[in-house]
Amino acid sequence: MNDRVKWLVVAGVSAVALGATAVVGVVAWQQYRVRLDAPSAAAMTAPEEWASGDRIVFRNTALGEGYGLVASVPLDAPAGPRALTGIACDRVDAVADEFSCLRTERGIAPSYSASLYANDGTAIVTWPLSGVPSRARLSADGTRIATTSFVTGHSYATIGFSTETMIHDDAGDDFGNLEEWTLLFNGTPSAPIDRNFWGVTFIDDTSFYATAGFANSGQTYLVRGDVPTRTLTAVAEDVECPSLSPDGTRIAFKRVTAGSGPTVHWTPAIMDLATGEVVTLPESRSIDDQIEWLDDTTILYGMPRADDSGDTDVWALGADGSGAPRILIEHAWSPSVVRP
Amino acid sequence: MYISFSNSPQPPADAGAPPPAPAPAPRGVRTVSSTVVALGVVSMLTDISSESVAAILPLYITGVLGLSTIAFGFIDGLYQGVSAVVRIAGGYASDRYDRPKWVAFVGYALAAAARIGLLFASGFAAITAVITADRIGKGIRTAPRDALITAASDPEILGRSFGVHRTLDNIGAAIGPLIAFIILLVVPDGFHIVFVASLAFALIGVLILGLVVPNIRSRAHDEKTVTDAAPPAAPARTKFDWAAVTTGPMRRVLAAAGILGLLTIGDGFIYLVLQSRGDFAAQWFPLLYVGTNVAFLAFAIPLGRLSDRVGRARVFVFGHVSLLAAYLIAATPIPDIAATILCLALLGGFYASTDGVLAALAAQLTPPEARGTGIAAAQTVVALTRFVAATGFGLLWYLLGPESSMLIVAGLLAIAIPLVALLLRPYLSVTRPLVATAGPGAPEVSDP
Repeated sequence: MNDRVKWLVVAGVSAVALGATAVVGVVAWQQYRVRLDAPSAAAMTAPEEWASGDRIVFRNTALGEGYGLVASVPLDAPAGPRALTGIACDRVDAVADEFSCLRTERGIAPSYSASLYANDGTAIVTWPLSGVPSRARLSADGTRIATTSFVTGHSYATIGFSTETMIHDDAGDDFGNLEEWTLLFNGTPSAPIDRNFWGVTFIDDTSFYATAGFANSGQTYLVRGDVPTRTLTAVAEDVECPSLSPDGTRIAFKRVTAGSGPTVHWTPAIMDLATGEVVTLPESRSIDDQIEWLDDTTILYGMPRADDSGDTDVWALGADGSGAPRILIEHAWSPSVVRP
Repeated sequence: MYISFSNSPQPPADAGAPPPAPAPAPRGVRTVSSTVVALGVVSMLTDISSESVAAILPLYITGVLGLSTIAFGFIDGLYQGVSAVVRIAGGYASDRYDRPKWVAFVGYALAAAARIGLLFASGFAAITAVITADRIGKGIRTAPRDALITAASDPEILGRSFGVHRTLDNIGAAIGPLIAFIILLVVPDGFHIVFVASLAFALIGVLILGLVVPNIRSRAHDEKTVTDAAPPAAPARTKFDWAAVTTGPMRRVLAAAGILGLLTIGDGFIYLVLQSRGDFAAQWFPLLYVGTNVAFLAFAIPLGRLSDRVGRARVFVFGHVSLLAAYLIAATPIPDIAATILCLALLGGFYASTDGVLAALAAQLTPPEARGTGIAAAQTVVALTRFVAATGFGLLWYLLGPESSMLIVAGLLAIAIPLVALLLRPYLSVTRPLVATAGPGAPEVSDP
């Protein structure tokens, strides 16, 4: 083969490869347009009513119009029509008058932000996040906003992940990254360099529970945080992504039950705070979500659909270990139960 | 800068004989070998391929697969180790069989093959496998490719050759994420289009390497131009000797690279300091590495040329002054935007004066039959010591806080730079290969 032929081969193969890519792109674009204009897979109701009464607020993942928008269903009719807002969020947590929203803003380069919204859709305060949104929690009085995001781009041209968990107040001021707080084990300050924090659940506006994880050992701890003194105290081992029950007596969390690293399997579990006793719940699939309590006897979590990428359902499961998981809200993610 | 696309064969750098007199070039400017440009294009295409996937990976894993990425961080450290081991293996294999092109080809092909897998099995395990294969491939191919660049280049302009290669390489690293995000802007759930595009670019890269890049060998052969069809049996093959890498000038270079590597904490920490200072860096945080990349590609050729003129060791050592300045600016309270932009420019300058220049320096100080291993050894020392530095700095960070620890490392670096300059003094201004004849026992030619 002489040079001319070689370059012709390269040009030919390049044309085929890039042409095939273009065809795939155009087809995907057309399919996307069709999906976008298609009626939503979920029934809708008038949006004015979206924030009234006992309700579950969530991210709508029904493919079609309204995908990704914050929605709500009445607590007594979770499978019924949903009311959609005009605000898109990756993670949402709501209280009576307002809700917090973590989102990925698409563009030539994606950026990430967190906002606190009034129920009428007015942004009260917005600040940038350093990476992909992961967990969002509001304190019951709506004055503390906890966010967990994955921080990317830490090292030159490599992909590494670590989490950044911060607590802001409703004026947009923050109490710093939890990694800068004092971490106490048995009363002794400890600062392993590979620590990460994620999954805040508020007790009240000055205290909360969260996960402390150590990248090297894979070990996780439940820590109790105190906002005024910026202190975190380890209280239990092997508790990840805690969620405090409405009566404040138990923690629902995901527990590693098999594997590690990329093959990790998480099972929902309940810990009694008074006795430390842990019950693993009957869910055979791996869950990766911060659990939400529907009431004192039932937990909720999101689960991706195997067949539709980007679509998810919210599942309900008895907190006492009885019964089997059931779908509570189809095409939904990041549920938040509001009882004004 | 002249970049020649003409296909006139460049005689392989042959250290068994004095360097061939460079062909006269128009207006006194010597052009970079077409092989180097072709290798740069291969690297550019491969970087477009890998960086386009890397850029969207966090979005894909969390947004589409609905998975947590925390687990991802756990295995990151492991890959670093794997990459270092295969890098040495790649360099050694390239020397042992004297076929740098085909060893590099294996590395590039492995990464391309992994992308085919990505199309059919998308899930966390598949993504993990792809990243692993990509890094292993990168580990395998880097040293033989750099040996190939050396063999294809006029030793007088080796720094410039590496500069051209690294520029093309980083153009790919900048274009990749751009292509990915434009695709997602048009089709927000079009992740698989990005995967297809990534595969297409990887395949074109591998094809150009396989077809166009000549199978240049590092060692002396009877035939001056060895083609793909040449019989593999090489008469009078010089035996590879580890001593070529662990003794003589290379020992000093490895020590110097190691000492400076221990004080190179990684730009991640600098970005974090900038980010904690204000909204500008926080908002652009995911893109700061792209800024560093752009600065790297802008400075790679000028600094490569400078290294040809004033000595590669000199540029390598004093390039760390740029890093020192970045540390100081990150730690000094000056406005957010100015600090961020200055830091990115300085970091780019640092990479431009150390990455390709170190490869050129290692190539210049090792005999041809140990060149792949020599380059790999230098790069591995840098990778490992930087990893240690990042871990150690993390500890310091939590003990003393970001600014103080940054100033401490800056202080140590300020002491280390002149010491390392002293250590490398015999080679600071050397711009030609020291090794006159093949073999580690060969007498060294002092700088003219």
